[in-house]
Amino acid sequence: MKKGTSLGARLLAAPHLVWSAIFVVVPLLVVAFYAFTDSSGAFTFNNIKEINNYAGTFALSIWLGLIATAICLVLAYPLAYFISQSKFNVQQTMITLVMLPMWMNFLLRTYSWMTILENNGLINTFLTWIGLQPLHMINTRGAVVLGMVYDFIPYMILPIYSVMVKLDHSLVEACQDLGGNRIDVFRRVLLPNSVPGVVSGITMVFVPSVSTFYISQKLGGTSTALIGDVIESKFMTSNNYHGGAALSLVLMVLILICMAVMNRFSGEDDLENGRLTV
Amino acid sequence: MKKIFAFLSAFMLFAFMPASVLAASAAETSVDPESLRGTTLYVYNWGEYISDGSEGSLDVNKEFENRYGIKVEYTNYASNEDMYAKLLGGGANYDVIIPSDYMIERLIKEDLLEKLDFSNIPNYSYIPEEYKDLFFDPANEYSIPYTFGMVGLIYNTAMVDEEIDSWDVMWDEKYSGQILNFNNPRDAFGIAQYYLDIDINTENVEDWQRAAEKLKEQKPLIQSYVMDEIFNKMENGEAAIAPYYAGDFLTMADNNEDLAFVYPKEGTNVFVDSMCIPKGAQNKAAAELYINFMLETDIATANANFICYGCPHTGVQASDDYDLKGEEVLYPASVDFKTEYFHNLSPETLSLMTNLWDELKIDGANNTAVYIALVAVVVVVIVIAVVSIIRKKRRENDN
Amino acid sequence: MKQKRSVLLKIYAALIFIFLYAPILVLVVFSFNSSNSTAQMSGLSLKWYSELAHDSATLQAFKNTMILAVLSAVISGVLGTVSAVGIDNMKHKWLKNATRGITNIPMMNPDIVTGISMMLLFVFAGRMLGKTGVLGFSTMLIAHITFCLPYVILSVLPKLRQIDPNLSEAAQDLGCTPLQSFFKVVLPAILPGVITGIMMAFTLSLDDFVISYFVSGPAAQTLPIRIFSMTKKRVTPDMYALSTIMFFAILVLMLLINYAQVRGEKKTAAKKA
Repeated sequence: MKKGTSLGARLLAAPHLVWSAIFVVVPLLVVAFYAFTDSSGAFTFNNIKEINNYAGTFALSIWLGLIATAICLVLAYPLAYFISQSKFNVQQTMITLVMLPMWMNFLLRTYSWMTILENNGLINTFLTWIGLQPLHMINTRGAVVLGMVYDFIPYMILPIYSVMVKLDHSLVEACQDLGGNRIDVFRRVLLPNSVPGVVSGITMVFVPSVSTFYISQKLGGTSTALIGDVIESKFMTSNNYHGGAALSLVLMVLILICMAVMNRFSGEDDLENGRLTV
Repeated sequence: MKKIFAFLSAFMLFAFMPASVLAASAAETSVDPESLRGTTLYVYNWGEYISDGSEGSLDVNKEFENRYGIKVEYTNYASNEDMYAKLLGGGANYDVIIPSDYMIERLIKEDLLEKLDFSNIPNYSYIPEEYKDLFFDPANEYSIPYTFGMVGLIYNTAMVDEEIDSWDVMWDEKYSGQILNFNNPRDAFGIAQYYLDIDINTENVEDWQRAAEKLKEQKPLIQSYVMDEIFNKMENGEAAIAPYYAGDFLTMADNNEDLAFVYPKEGTNVFVDSMCIPKGAQNKAAAELYINFMLETDIATANANFICYGCPHTGVQASDDYDLKGEEVLYPASVDFKTEYFHNLSPETLSLMTNLWDELKIDGANNTAVYIALVAVVVVVIVIAVVSIIRKKRRENDN
Repeated sequence: MKQKRSVLLKIYAALIFIFLYAPILVLVVFSFNSSNSTAQMSGLSLKWYSELAHDSATLQAFKNTMILAVLSAVISGVLGTVSAVGIDNMKHKWLKNATRGITNIPMMNPDIVTGISMMLLFVFAGRMLGKTGVLGFSTMLIAHITFCLPYVILSVLPKLRQIDPNLSEAAQDLGCTPLQSFFKVVLPAILPGVITGIMMAFTLSLDDFVISYFVSGPAAQTLPIRIFSMTKKRVTPDMYALSTIMFFAILVLMLLINYAQVRGEKKTAAKKA
């Protein structure tokens, strides 16, 4: 489609591929090796078979990851639009402001959420002060989703913003001139043109939130152990690299399937064919 | 525990000794410190486990650097298991590490520790007899005790009306939702095992399963499995009952006067953290100099005051600068309950324990709704896919 | 009508920012606590700020963290942008998809798996070269670049798809070398993506604990490692003080830059007039 690209331009990805081959693929092979061997080094399927026990945990992790991703998307989209419509230097400031909270340590931020959400926490103190019933928030699945949304929402806002910022405003005007209302503008101009950013955002939120492990321990109480927690405990408590590797390999396959489904839907093919100019 | 009692009487004896005798026993090390000047020493320790100059304390590492001209590279870990994983990897060479009893047993068994040259560590004489010949290092070759302590129950007297003397209270429905437990399988299982009067070092599968059942029974009452969150949650009354290490209770009690501490009558775990030199140490002489330095009475006192755990050091116990002398929580006058150390478990038992622990963690989570929701999502995805394919086809036909 | 909508949007944005900053506010407040609790205020004091000034281990860790974060952000920014262009230019669909799949892997693995497998790789490579104690700052840097790369690539790719491919051709027809056309046409167009990618890389590197823990050596520990290692005992409030200082330093810096830009614009506007 791009006839002007030289061989050199196509080789630009080579350093990345070499880097990935060494530092991504080789460790991946190490993981695969552990997943299919036992402690004596003999080939075995037992590690993979044991995964049956954790089916519910896998389901819960993916489900909470999906919810967190959906909430991030719904919350981030209007904000990204708002930022992209601001003046240029305000944009820069706001983008930094979106990122800035994440520069504080993760553990300290999670502790702060505990202070806010606890039964004696800030929200409940406020609620009882104005005469309302306190809410039970900490140690629930909702709290875990909140933690995920909080930690990953910048990774949704930023890519959507960076796509919207260069959106041709004349498109919006054209649509309005043709009698389109706000919904039309959103459906026919804004949404299709921001799809690549949305896809990146979903990837960057969904993938890490499925495998996250710390948030559920701190905010989720006793009944929200996620697959990341189980993998961590396999590796660290019993030094069972084989079991842990098998679990993470399966997790990876599941995520890959989810991502493949999403890529189908994002209409990658349409994009390649220059849908942006339609 | 009789040992601690004996230890107490031992240090009382020391307290009445003339100071000159004590000073004389601090002999000079046979390492020539001058030859080590300009070298670097890699120390790997628990977080917040050394007097570091905060709140007017002595900065022990800086003191060592100033005195000997040896640079101390000081890094931290959060658990024995974290440290073990790093050591096992073999990618980083540390000179001094401070693991706990059962981990030392494991490290010795797996040949990951160097033997110490005790002629370079004359201050070893400060270690009371009770803390020599411990099970993990029976011949006193590899380790020198740094701290000791026991696990006990912390409770908030404003929320708990009765006198507590048993682990029983952690299974009491009255306190449902106000109980915390360790987020660390060994300690959590230990409590259930003491409660059921099972050996904490048992290799019997059924015993572990029984303990796991007991923990499952407790789970609905538990607010959360925690480690350091316990400080905040106990201090601000978020939870009423929690087990933790005795020394840490002292710092919690500073922030909340309602907190009380008890050693349950069924018995409890006791631990010793000791200084060791791992295999691969590049500066063993300096490591021994450092260990000897850590055993100097002034330095050990500064550390003991900072860490607030029990201090197995006769010089510290005799020192007037030691703030926690005779502190009942650390040095109970009489120990009329069972106390045991954790031993290193066989790989099979360790893996059994982890599996039971993971099962416990994921047990009782109601995932039916999650399954239904996921199936619903899949169905919706398929419907959308079919619809979009049909529409695409139609569009193509129109064209 | 339009006015009303933009007000609504502004309120919405404000709410999101409150959500983002509520925990930070809590953190700032507790840095002024007079006791060592991080859950209960017992009085205001600057104690933890003076503690921080003496805490050489923390300050050293902070310095290491910053150097590491800047280096990994810059390197992964450059490498990521270049490879995104390369991926975008790929002709074979399967190659493109495979590359994108590989790109996503570091995000998919739980951190602990990435951390341990990279540690094993480094140790193995070290053994091949006959070296022990290979772990250190450089291995940490490699690991950070590796897990930052996907984020940069994922930020840049959507921008590349937005540009009109004819633009760079046109530039080349007008006599630009491919390199010139990249710098003059492509780079300005994808710059917002590059900047957000670098920002994300910086953020991730700054906050990573698990991977750093496993690939770090016996020296040069980072701030997250130091903080997480306190989780058997208590995380000291001077960490809160450090975060607060960092937070306000960046905030002030940002406002200054913003102010300078606004003034610069006014000046140019005045000149034009």
